[in-house]
Amino acid sequence: MRSKASLKLKIAAGIGLLFLHAPLAFVILYAFTTEERSYQFPPPGLTLKWFGVTFARPDVWNALVLSLRVATIATVIALTLGTMAAGALARTRFFGREVISLLIILPIALPGIITGIALRSAFNLLDIPFSFWTIVVGHATFCVVVVHNNAIARLRRLSPSIVEASYDLGADSFQTFRFVILPNLGTALLAGSMLAFALSFDEVIVTTFTAGQQATLPIWMLNELIRPRQRPVTNVVAVIVIALTFLPILAAYYLTREEGPASGGG
Amino acid sequence: MTSVALDPPMAREALSRRLSSVLFAKRGLLVTLLLVPPLLWLGVVYVGSLIALLIQSFFSIDEFSGTIVREFTLKTYAELLRPANLDVILRTLAIATFVTFASAVLAFPIAYYAARYARGRTKATFYIAIVMPLWSSYLVKVYAWKLLLAKEGAVAWGADRLGATPMVDALLSMPFVGGPSLSVSYLGQALVFAYLWLPFMILPIQAALERVPASLIEASADLGAAPGQTFRTVTLPLALPGVAAGSIFTFSLTLGDYILPQIIGPSTLLLGQTVYVLQGTAGNIPLAAAFAVVPIIVMGFYLFAAKRLGAFDAF
Repeated sequence: MRSKASLKLKIAAGIGLLFLHAPLAFVILYAFTTEERSYQFPPPGLTLKWFGVTFARPDVWNALVLSLRVATIATVIALTLGTMAAGALARTRFFGREVISLLIILPIALPGIITGIALRSAFNLLDIPFSFWTIVVGHATFCVVVVHNNAIARLRRLSPSIVEASYDLGADSFQTFRFVILPNLGTALLAGSMLAFALSFDEVIVTTFTAGQQATLPIWMLNELIRPRQRPVTNVVAVIVIALTFLPILAAYYLTREEGPASGGG
Repeated sequence: MTSVALDPPMAREALSRRLSSVLFAKRGLLVTLLLVPPLLWLGVVYVGSLIALLIQSFFSIDEFSGTIVREFTLKTYAELLRPANLDVILRTLAIATFVTFASAVLAFPIAYYAARYARGRTKATFYIAIVMPLWSSYLVKVYAWKLLLAKEGAVAWGADRLGATPMVDALLSMPFVGGPSLSVSYLGQALVFAYLWLPFMILPIQAALERVPASLIEASADLGAAPGQTFRTVTLPLALPGVAAGSIFTFSLTLGDYILPQIIGPSTLLLGQTVYVLQGTAGNIPLAAAFAVVPIIVMGFYLFAAKRLGAFDAF
């Protein structure tokens, strides 16, 4: 009965997967096109010159550096808070536990625009000027859940008996944490951090609300998409973004693949 | 002398031991200490902001001076019911519904194949193939479709080569969904929305289908059902909770999105864009806040309905 899929199903699934993946291939192709003014297909010729042009652009570099700085600091904050929350929630039951879980998921469960406008109106009410740090606050808020999900999945798989064994052998809580829990948790935290980094590096919706005049790389791209000035440069930046988000995500998958889905969502 | 040199580390060790014993004895204290920082962040920064937003939606704007009147009123919510604003809400709901159906139809074959036929390496490949697009850059994905749907782009070229241009033109000449070209029509916009959220639909449907025991399908066949009949009466109803779970994402994400409609689709505003314009150039924070409350309420009802369909068991 379950022997073989029908041809029709194979074709439909194949078309579906093609639909999911083909568009990004076009972005990569367009980074090499010689056509400057339109999105002409097929490209009239191929060239590498736009990579050089892009790398000589200070605005692209500034946006890239800002995005990397924001993503790094937001990841560090999310790593700290997410790990703490996971440690507290992994093997405990107490009144209000479900509410706390909900609170952690809320920033990505609600549409980004709500998180964005809520933070913006709070900054306005408190007269906090928009800066590098307001972007970081926004990003860290929705990155906590990613680290938390990865850490809690690993903590639940970790046998409680190895922690007990550590205590029985005379280690105190700190030693147990340092020499038993942390080494076991390490790859899950690394995976969570990478996903958080990718999520922050790529985020545009919340950022449009919490950034002042500064442009992260996604904001730079958004401006180019709405009012294209130099399409070939945008194409190359798109390829850079693909590479910089693809690699950490793939690494995160291999670090946690026994645990199934690295849940979180974008 | 030696005791002076040895003392501080020993004292520190003793202190850490004692602290450790306290934490070991009182797990509640440890849990509390661990929870305080994340709760301060999410509770104060995030929930505080949400409450600030909610409060602002009960303020109103002075029509003459354009300043915000900080007094409780329901006037701003009443403004949502004005025809122009109601139109934005209904149009957004219509698109979100269409996008949800479209992604369910596109997702089903992939989820079905992945759940029932893919094994071992193929299954892992399927998983990566579904999850990778989910995590790859949102803007780049939107940009890809701008390239593809442009008048001179690959879709038009492909349609031309296949002789399907009249078909595309016929689709575009339909009222409401059509437009001058795919990249400025509702049709193109919905297609790209469906593309963006597709993995969110595939994963829960796959999870639901994986829970259908093969013996059930065999039993249906043994009892004389044709494959199509089995699919309609056994597989599809059991996959429904997965569809409901996936639709939570496709629906909610479409309601809140305001980037894609700026880049692909007609110039009329959707809900997300309206919020963005109102809080930005228009400076009408109260109305923007009231608009932002709409998706929260809609999703509240939606989650309630989805729960009854069993969506939460499908994760």
